[in-house]
Amino acid sequence: MYRNREDMEMEEEVVSENEQYENVEAEADVERKLVIPGEVIVSGDYLPGDFTRKEGNDVISNRYGLAEINGRVVRIIPISGVYEPRRGNSVIGRVEDVTFSGWIIDVGGPYSSFLSLSECPRFINKSNIEDFAIVGDIMSAKINNVKKGGIDLTIRIRGLGKLDGGRVIRINPHKVPRVIGRGGSMINMIKMKTDTEINVGQNGFIWLKGSSEGERKSEEAINMIVENSATEGLTDRIEKFLGGNQ
Amino acid sequence: MTYTKRIDGRKFDELRPVRAEIGVIPNADGSALFAFGDTVAIAAVYGPKPLHPAHMQEPDRGIIRCEYNMLPFSVAERAKPGPSRRSKEISMVTGNALSSVVDLSRFPGTVIDVQILILQANASTRCAGINAASMALAHAGIVMKEMVSSVSVGKIDDKIVVDVDKDEEDYHEGEGATDMPFTLTSRNKNIVHLQLDGKLQLQRFKESYEAAKGACDKILKYQERALKGEKINENK
Repeated sequence: MYRNREDMEMEEEVVSENEQYENVEAEADVERKLVIPGEVIVSGDYLPGDFTRKEGNDVISNRYGLAEINGRVVRIIPISGVYEPRRGNSVIGRVEDVTFSGWIIDVGGPYSSFLSLSECPRFINKSNIEDFAIVGDIMSAKINNVKKGGIDLTIRIRGLGKLDGGRVIRINPHKVPRVIGRGGSMINMIKMKTDTEINVGQNGFIWLKGSSEGERKSEEAINMIVENSATEGLTDRIEKFLGGNQ
Repeated sequence: MTYTKRIDGRKFDELRPVRAEIGVIPNADGSALFAFGDTVAIAAVYGPKPLHPAHMQEPDRGIIRCEYNMLPFSVAERAKPGPSRRSKEISMVTGNALSSVVDLSRFPGTVIDVQILILQANASTRCAGINAASMALAHAGIVMKEMVSSVSVGKIDDKIVVDVDKDEEDYHEGEGATDMPFTLTSRNKNIVHLQLDGKLQLQRFKESYEAAKGACDKILKYQERALKGEKINENK
């Protein structure tokens, strides 16, 4: 019963993550080019968007990434760098420390995050806080709030909470949409073919649980996606990779 | 005898063969290699990440923590590893040069770690290090106004040359050798780092700056090509 609900929740999340991805994909015919900081992307009547600035008539890049011109707006899609926490992101992290009122969780990125006792779905006695999670445990959580110098997490949503067993691998967080694929197609295929439970956090932490062979296979497949993220027909190649060796 | 021809046969405004590449350290958030001939530097960038101890944190901005070191085998006479007077100074000037282009206000209270290692040294190591660090910062997705490029301009006897190598640094005839590392920003050609080892007439400084501008433009081209996926190796 619980397992089913968790799966449903996962599915929902995958779809919502994927919506963002599809929005990006839908403009695939928009021209994109790799730019470096300080490079003039375009001159003329354009508006500076994410990670760009305007100097006179020139729109200039502030960051290494893919520049995209959509109508009059110029923006840069990051392709590298640490995870930048946003409110509402679902993330996976490792418990770093237990305090008297909650857990400090490492989700990567610039700040450490805090999961408060009050953000737990069931009542936990303050004196038995380590009964729920101890240092080294893996947590699936949602970002509740990003404030100056810290992140607040919550697990008060179905499907979130401690992940028992399994292990965590890390990838570049900007490649997460690729790993999930359109409508979750890519990740669902890997899950099915390797018979492994996979939970992808938007911070680039991926939790795997299954047979050791399945975990190894899915890890290889994920690394393959990350390395070849810019190429065409990736789904077919991953399918071939997973199917061929089985 | 005056210095009419460079010891290794280069033109006065010619760089040594360049090597440039990104992603040489997969574990880092950003990394790069940059080499002038036999001077090879690698740089790794980690962060922005939480800064400990907390008293080092700045409440309104992040900081850059830069570390420059030469590997023991980078020179013929074993370099003692660890921070020395020289490497601490170079770490500081490199950190200052990079801080002036990076947008540190985005993540207050954090640190960006920049580590530079010299694999092989044949003069101009700090310049190679800064070039590698600039590429590594960009590769790490750090928000920065522009890139920086660095080159050493020398006055060997009475000639202004760019990218000084060890033989030129040790030149003793005529007026001797003066070495001046320049670091310029890519767009506005602002000077973000300037040192001087030796003597230089004031009127020759402008000439040196012009030479540095030309050389930094060339270096920027290499940095750009490497960041756009090319593996540059002019050695062979």
